Amino acid sequence: MEKERVLDVQNLHAVFKIQKKEYEVLHDISFSVDRNETVCIVGESGCGKSVTTLCVMGLLPKNGRITKGSIKLDGDEIAGLSEKEIRKYRGSKMGMIFQEPMTALNPLLTIGYQLRENLMLHRGVNKATADKMAVEYLTKVGIANPADRLKQYPFQLSGGLRQRVLIAMVLSAQPDLLIADEPTTALDVTIQKQVLTLLNELKKDMNAGILFITHDLGVVAEIADRVVVFYAGRKVEEGNTLQIFKNPKHPYTIGLMNAVPDVDKDEFVIQPIPGMFPNITEDIPGCRFSPRCPHADECALCRSEAPALKEIEPGHFAACHLIDQEAAS
Amino acid sequence: MKRESPIRTAFQKLFRNKLATICFFILIAEFILIIFADKFAACDPNENNVAIRLLPGFWDSANPKYDPAHWLGTDELGRDVWSRLLHGGQVSLTVGFTATFIGLVFGTFFGLLAGYYKKLDNIIMRFMDILFTFPGVLLALLIVAMLGVSVRNATIAISIWAIPSFARMIRGRVLQIKQEEYITAIRSLGAKDHWIILKHILVNALPTIIVIATMRIAGSILSIATLSYLGVGVPVPQAEWGGMISSAKTQMYKAPSLIIIPGIAIIITVICFNILGDKLRDILDPNLKD
Repeated sequence: MEKERVLDVQNLHAVFKIQKKEYEVLHDISFSVDRNETVCIVGESGCGKSVTTLCVMGLLPKNGRITKGSIKLDGDEIAGLSEKEIRKYRGSKMGMIFQEPMTALNPLLTIGYQLRENLMLHRGVNKATADKMAVEYLTKVGIANPADRLKQYPFQLSGGLRQRVLIAMVLSAQPDLLIADEPTTALDVTIQKQVLTLLNELKKDMNAGILFITHDLGVVAEIADRVVVFYAGRKVEEGNTLQIFKNPKHPYTIGLMNAVPDVDKDEFVIQPIPGMFPNITEDIPGCRFSPRCPHADECALCRSEAPALKEIEPGHFAACHLIDQEAAS
Repeated sequence: MKRESPIRTAFQKLFRNKLATICFFILIAEFILIIFADKFAACDPNENNVAIRLLPGFWDSANPKYDPAHWLGTDELGRDVWSRLLHGGQVSLTVGFTATFIGLVFGTFFGLLAGYYKKLDNIIMRFMDILFTFPGVLLALLIVAMLGVSVRNATIAISIWAIPSFARMIRGRVLQIKQEEYITAIRSLGAKDHWIILKHILVNALPTIIVIATMRIAGSILSIATLSYLGVGVPVPQAEWGGMISSAKTQMYKAPSLIIIPGIAIIITVICFNILGDKLRDILDPNLKD
């Protein structure tokens, strides 16, 4: 199957204005999502994962803005579009699933109403057809008794069911790109697995691209085709899932892998990454990870010069000075 | 699964509270009496008859002048107090509801716009602040002075008075609702602004609107009584509770009942609406949900 690019983000820079000062939260971010592909963005809280999705959706809060770079959705430039212009893309071209299914549905309207409203808006169908389609979509996301569910209010559904309803809502607009911002974080593990399987099936079904945000490496292994690792607003490593898990190159990625407990080993030790995640107001010279990096002293450039992304093997990139050193030695 | 009607659940919760139930039924009884005033009070409320002026009421039934046909007595012009009370209530309640409704419509409109569009917020709210700075009675006097004394003008004055407080409270609620994730979720699905405002924000602000409207009705009834008392509300001789108190001032020592009776009517109505509003808030406020 020929690859078709759905989302193409190039050199994206974004800032947040806090008390009249602008702080850079995204620095030179580039990645892309193809059809029928799941790209995971991994990183700690505050590293810019969610901000990236908000940039794509055009939902940045009032104090945030994109300063540079381009975001192409199906070939159309969408960075810097006005609210009115980007609205045409929301829903129909890209849909977003949120972290908290408990609050992402209007509590005072029935599931059926909210699904129907969305179907009527995006598919231009009448009420009766919309109702029929709503049942179909609920069935598609694996909800039993869909007709009864339509009459219920969000508070009558469990978290897992609500997340399914939200997925159904997003899917019913037939987007080319599905953005999922930690959609399984608020769900318990068995439901997580179900939702992930569902997303995998739907991706193939709809031939859509998925941009998946998570900090859970277990989820990444489960769902991702490619992984992008973020640290403090920068992309530090990118590669396909196997490359990242088998051969992580950036010390931060390695640190993340080590922080996952290995149940096969006898000793059950988690190795945390030392130090604290930097605040966005902090200005760190050189590599942003150098204060926490165990290898920062091995190389003269780490604390003075920001490393550039280098291709290590086809499709596998990392931004670390140590790679050069390794190559040189 | 059965679909629960939110209105029915709200009523069930309301009736679980004794005080609110009592207030609710007092108001219902009052409405029936006032709406069918012609049936319950046979006398013409505006018919003067000096021959029977200042008749005592039922509390002084031993008095030979007591006439059961005028069981609350008559006023200084011989008009039946009971009949004036009921017919006056028609004016009070009509003005109370109409003014609240008009204030509600405009206040909600401005509140929604100010809360949702940050650009409009300052313009609208500063204008509301200007309206707020006028003392209510002064504003009403100004409007009545410009337009003339009539029930309609008094209603306009009271509704204008109600707009800024509605706008301010609804704006606050909108700002709160706007932060909710479902609003972002709906935006991310490509919904248009007017749709979000009408279908999602307004619906979620509705409990607040119901509560402040209930409270405001009491305020509006007090306002029309105040204006009538000052002689700029309902023109004489038309009966109205505030006007009744005003005209009875001169007989205050001879016939205090003429002041007390409409006073009680005002108090009961206002207290009932306030208690009802208070309980409704307990029921409808999602933060206090049990």
